[in-house]
Amino acid sequence: MKPEEIQKIAETEHDLRMAYKYRINVCCSSGCLPFGAQKLLKAFEDAVKELGLEKVCKVARTGCVGTCSVAPVVLIDPGNHLYQNVKPEDVKKIVQEHIINGRVLEECVYKNEAYFSKQYRLILRNAGKIDPLRIEDYIAVGGYSALAKALTHMTPEQVIYEISLSGLRGRGGAGFPTGQKWNFVAKSTAKPKYVVANLDEGDPGVFANRTLAEADPHAIVEGMVIAAYAVGAEKGFIYIRSEYPLAIQTLKKAIEQAKSYGLLGNNILGSTLNFDIELRLGAGAFVAGEETAILSSIEGLRATPRPRPPYPAVSGLWGKPTLVNNVETLANVPLIILNGGAWFSKIGTPKCTGTKCFSLTGKVKNPGLIEVPMGITLKEIVYEIGGGVPEGRKFKAVLVGGPSGGCLPENMLSLPIDYESLTQAGAIMGSGGIVVIDDESCIVDTARFFIDFCMDESCGKCVPCRAGIPKVKEILDKIMTGEGKVEDLNVLEDLSYLIRDASLCGLGQTAPNPVLTTLKYFKQEYLTHIVERKCPAGKCVLKKVEVIKE
Amino acid sequence: MTTSTSLDKRLILVDKAITTYGNRKDALLEILHIAHNVYGYLDKKILLHISEKLNIPPSQVYGVATFYNYFKLKKPGSHAITFCLGTACYVKGAEEILSALEKEFNIRRGETSADGKISVFATRCVGACAMAPNVIVDDEMIGKATKEQVLEKVRKLLEGERSET
Repeated sequence: MKPEEIQKIAETEHDLRMAYKYRINVCCSSGCLPFGAQKLLKAFEDAVKELGLEKVCKVARTGCVGTCSVAPVVLIDPGNHLYQNVKPEDVKKIVQEHIINGRVLEECVYKNEAYFSKQYRLILRNAGKIDPLRIEDYIAVGGYSALAKALTHMTPEQVIYEISLSGLRGRGGAGFPTGQKWNFVAKSTAKPKYVVANLDEGDPGVFANRTLAEADPHAIVEGMVIAAYAVGAEKGFIYIRSEYPLAIQTLKKAIEQAKSYGLLGNNILGSTLNFDIELRLGAGAFVAGEETAILSSIEGLRATPRPRPPYPAVSGLWGKPTLVNNVETLANVPLIILNGGAWFSKIGTPKCTGTKCFSLTGKVKNPGLIEVPMGITLKEIVYEIGGGVPEGRKFKAVLVGGPSGGCLPENMLSLPIDYESLTQAGAIMGSGGIVVIDDESCIVDTARFFIDFCMDESCGKCVPCRAGIPKVKEILDKIMTGEGKVEDLNVLEDLSYLIRDASLCGLGQTAPNPVLTTLKYFKQEYLTHIVERKCPAGKCVLKKVEVIKE
Repeated sequence: MTTSTSLDKRLILVDKAITTYGNRKDALLEILHIAHNVYGYLDKKILLHISEKLNIPPSQVYGVATFYNYFKLKKPGSHAITFCLGTACYVKGAEEILSALEKEFNIRRGETSADGKISVFATRCVGACAMAPNVIVDDEMIGKATKEQVLEKVRKLLEGERSET
């Protein structure tokens, strides 16, 4: 296929889309499927057929819109009308009223404006709007035109220049400048080179990457091919969690389609670029998402991290230069190439450009997947988008950044979302998990939950992580059962710093974050457990005070 | 391998996969996935077979199989009840539902009941956090699960088992 042909397909597909007056997008992602999305899709198809509307109305299966708490959802265009909690019996009513009478069926429509008005949907712009199983749908909305532009009008150096100019930073959590990383790999002379897309979204409470893969898989593929062109790689791997069957299926199909269109393989779009992608499944190891552990796992070994340097850019897969990027980072690439690095750098904050996807869950009224500009405050996310904690309960803390993130109190909610501010507060961006907890949750129990997770997931390679984390858990257990002493808090803190400073990889280095932040912001609750032997949330069963007679 | 196992259809599927990957050592994880899908678990026999075919020491194959949580090394019960214990599900009370189930059916997480009928698993985040808590009964996902709903479901499952036999 030649670059001009992409344009041609886009035009034809666009005309096809325009031929329909209405488009009914039925969300068929992991969020809506358990609530009968498949049946709903069929019901809409049947209703449209029955009412003789096939020429007016297109029914399409799409990915996630992000309002997973009101699943299943249906989005009708034009006008972006979102219907919530749609039941099969509502289908005819919706078609009758919306398509035939041209009126929105008020009783079923999603009315929460705030949920979307604060968002900036860049990565998720196609989510819920295109059929992820059709490459033509992606091409119709401008897909693969960034690749065509890069291959025909830009040198690899120019591509890297634009990425650097954009200020894009790694979305996997650490926030390393993407352009710089690409440059390192491009400058390495050893061959072959590899591109690894990290979709090992192991953080409990996070489903942003899964949603992206299920809704817009070709954005990941296109980003990878552009990356391969920029750094001179021949082979790519997408490493994905085995717990995401639908995302796996969707990506498999996307790779097949890209191959058949000549967007993967030899001489991509008539250029000299040869690049192929293989899908690799993880098997339930959190540490495999670490930049070097992922390499071990792809090589078929235990996913244990390697000391850095050498960095993967110099010595990665099988000792060859390897670019490891998170899939969300890669999905930004086509947009930057199309609109320019300067355009992208104006979104977000000067040091932290672009947007970030967050999984907003826990005790909020509107949990779901959101995409917000960098620099937005936690307060806006929790209260305006999330709607705050449900009535009758009191906000206690927000956990930002997954199991190795931080636990921030109410007075920290004005914190802007960017890598530096979060790190300074003791949390991390992580892969974008925001879990809200209310007064029903115990702070010590929450810290213990995360420590327990990190203990389970520690690969056992380095001593501070392997031996230190269980010690932390032991102390937390003591406090929770009423056997804690005030001195334990100092030990807890010292031990946490030791694990943070001496561990080999990100898992150990960040594992103590929940303990350190809860000690910093919620020390009183620890003391209540120790001194008063009470759990304010009523969660912990503490041993009764033994009265010692002197 | 003995002739009796080489006649096993499932083994043929595994061998076919090994050939597809050209007996590549780095495909070990992929092969383990395929074997796990076909058999439902990985026992010593199949691990030894894979070790032989890929020319990887058995210790290393065993090391990889045990490192990753996804792989079961024992035969699971005929029904699997999997609890998501990710952060969102934990915050929304998944632990309480799991404890109630353990109590009622006298079975611990990670174990299979003596009659081989049910296995209870705890997993870390299935990624459906907006619908927390999530419980997966066989292949069906129950979102926003309640204690009564899950217990009732499992009771019905076991009743069904009884009436079948």
